[in-house]
Amino acid sequence: MAKPILTIKNLTKKYGENVIFHDISLTVNEGDTIVIIGPSGTGKSTLLRCINLLTCADDGQIWLDDLEITAKGCDDDRVRQHIGMVFQNFLLFNHLNALDNVMLGLTKVKHMKPDEARVKALRELERVGLADRAEHYPGQLSGGQQQRVAIARALAMDPRIMLFDEPTSALDPELIGEVLEVMRKLALEGMTMLVVTHEMGFAREVADRIVFLEKGSIVEEGPPDELFYRPKHDRTREFLWKITELYGKKDENK
Amino acid sequence: MADWLQLFQRYLPDFLKGAAVTIELTVVGLALGFVVGILLALARLYGPTWLKMLAIGYIELFRGTPLLVQLFLIYYGLPSLGVTLSQTISAYLALGLNSAAYQAEYFRGAIQSIGASQMTAGRAIGLSRWKTIWFIILPQALRLMIPAWSNEPISLLKTTAVVFLIAVQDLMAKAKRAATATYDPIGSYLAVAVVYLVMVIILNWGLKYLERKTTIPGFEMESKKA
Repeated sequence: MAKPILTIKNLTKKYGENVIFHDISLTVNEGDTIVIIGPSGTGKSTLLRCINLLTCADDGQIWLDDLEITAKGCDDDRVRQHIGMVFQNFLLFNHLNALDNVMLGLTKVKHMKPDEARVKALRELERVGLADRAEHYPGQLSGGQQQRVAIARALAMDPRIMLFDEPTSALDPELIGEVLEVMRKLALEGMTMLVVTHEMGFAREVADRIVFLEKGSIVEEGPPDELFYRPKHDRTREFLWKITELYGKKDENK
Repeated sequence: MADWLQLFQRYLPDFLKGAAVTIELTVVGLALGFVVGILLALARLYGPTWLKMLAIGYIELFRGTPLLVQLFLIYYGLPSLGVTLSQTISAYLALGLNSAAYQAEYFRGAIQSIGASQMTAGRAIGLSRWKTIWFIILPQALRLMIPAWSNEPISLLKTTAVVFLIAVQDLMAKAKRAATATYDPIGSYLAVAVVYLVMVIILNWGLKYLERKTTIPGFEMESKKA
């Protein structure tokens, strides 16, 4: 039986009276790529931030492997070391070049020796195809390259799971491909990934399971073929249709 | 003109001694203000409420009262509370504590302009809050701050002139002495003005150099990109 890496049970998040999501349960097994889709404002990003403990959930529990990370007294900084996070706006450290961006976590969090950290960081940059950009600062890199450095930075920590929060939404269309390519490669290598995205092509091709989230609840989840061709709920069908139409229109305008 | 040059020449060694004291006051005041200023800004931005209030209170108090009053309170006032400080130490303290209030606001502005997202990025790879501030936020904030903050050393260098009022032998005190000895206040004060001006020009040049040296490609103030 597949080993669960991340287990979410009855998770609820509110901002005051405003319920962001309600009673979410989700299991991510080792090596799985799960893609979360859904209209904006349905709490997808907040869900990822809760998993990474950047925001506190109001109710429910989250386990990383066998450790309940929502438990009282759990060391947040320790948990985050094992959860890689990639943001929509890259969020590279702007004063450090690509290599130092990747090295920082190794030397300051994992307390690796600089020489070892350097070797490891270069290997991670190689993995995302940017070894030749190691000395470049974020301001000198394209959006796609910045996002790949951000992926390398997260990978360097050897995370148990990688969270992607709309990693291509801030990119020009022609730069999306290179980032998706890296993510595709990661999935093939067996990295456990939880991805929020509107890239339906990626979802269909790479996801082991797709989760459709709307108004803070999981409407439907299942393998890509099932969701795309035999959705159980009308809302799923409507959403997918709308997204496809939207992206189709965008292509026409090009 | 010839007379003035003669006066300038005669008193130059004395002025240079005074200038050395002025530079000392500026350096110590700036350094003390820098350290206290960073702490105040961090307290104001990241501290618990009581510390925030304390920092705001400090900043408002020191920016809202004349430096001269602060200097006199430290030098003439503290002895009545049993704390007697030398002239030099009093001058260092007054300049440093006063400058801290201004520098804190430069720091605060720079840190806020970096925004919370860099904090999120740091926390996401497992850095603690303070490590993120130290390794991520401050290195960026200090760079962004330099153009605006450059006013502070220049302003402070000229502000040090008030300390002659508690008989610290700075450049201004030397000017007063020269004026009394020569019965030529215009010549004396003009001569000292020249010395101040030269110091400021050199300092300004140094600050510009610092700004250039710390620039990071693609990470400048927006206005410079345009």
